[in-house]
Amino acid sequence: MKPKFGVIVFPGSNCDYDAFYSVKKVLGFDAEFLWHKEKDLKGCDVIILPGGFSYGDYLRTGAIAKFSPILEKVVSFAENGGIVFGICNGFQILLETGLLPGVMIQNESLKFVCKDIYLKVENKDTLFTKGIKKETIKIPIKHGEGNYYTDEVTLKEMITNHQIIFTYSSSDGTVSKKYNPNGSLKNIAGISNKRKNVMGMMPHPENACDPILRKTDGALIFKSIAKHFN
Amino acid sequence: MFKATVIVKRRPKILDPQGKAVEQGAKLLGFNNVKQTRIGKYIEFFVETDDLKAAEKEVKEYSEKLLSNPIMEDFEFTLVEVNSPKTEVKIARD
Repeated sequence: MKPKFGVIVFPGSNCDYDAFYSVKKVLGFDAEFLWHKEKDLKGCDVIILPGGFSYGDYLRTGAIAKFSPILEKVVSFAENGGIVFGICNGFQILLETGLLPGVMIQNESLKFVCKDIYLKVENKDTLFTKGIKKETIKIPIKHGEGNYYTDEVTLKEMITNHQIIFTYSSSDGTVSKKYNPNGSLKNIAGISNKRKNVMGMMPHPENACDPILRKTDGALIFKSIAKHFN
Repeated sequence: MFKATVIVKRRPKILDPQGKAVEQGAKLLGFNNVKQTRIGKYIEFFVETDDLKAAEKEVKEYSEKLLSNPIMEDFEFTLVEVNSPKTEVKIARD
């Protein structure tokens, strides 16, 4: 079965078309846009919360988006085991809704970072990462608030439950402060919930799918998700 | 009717890169006694009720659910009755 991806569009989303393009035109899966005011997920099998600046990042990143009518549906979809994937601002929204633990604060450097980075795949036993054979993948980041933080108790729980999915690393998988672009706790770049059906990551896999960009590691994530429906 | 003012502060343990950067500016200007700059948010609005308890409840919930993120922020608020400014309550979240 070919899964249908639903890309949610908030006022201020700016990577929604990138996600739609990569999933539909590059990888050939079904995809549909879902406006934030809708209350129906239109039979989508996977929900993507895209990057951008929903509601202008006012108050806190993702703080207002979490009250969008469609989010209520996304939360119950996720609670029933549906697959939800938040990228960048989408990750921030997932943190605000509480579907994922922790918060995001401004980059330690206070600078907006835009570059290709390497990610160590910390957990390959999830539907998001099963198809990744390599130790590290190269994917771009572009954010000003990617400094992940959570309290010690939650961090311990996340480690025990293997919820840390990606960490910032060198090309050969060394995880250290040197390779941390934003000051995030333990170099965390992507995490999942306990059940592993909801994942959020700051890097942009949708910007590393089309071979014309000379990097295609992002496609591995979308292909993994799709494989789950085979 | 009450006028509410809410102050949202980042928890002391949590890094405040903005405060840190502003303090660097203070040093450049020669304000060498300035220490531990932290930047928060000030939010004001009116609450349309004459019942103080109801106003308190509403502002508290609003602060918890939207204005602050309890994982990293604390808040405190003040309510002043619009027509009799003597009635004032100050509430800080523990």
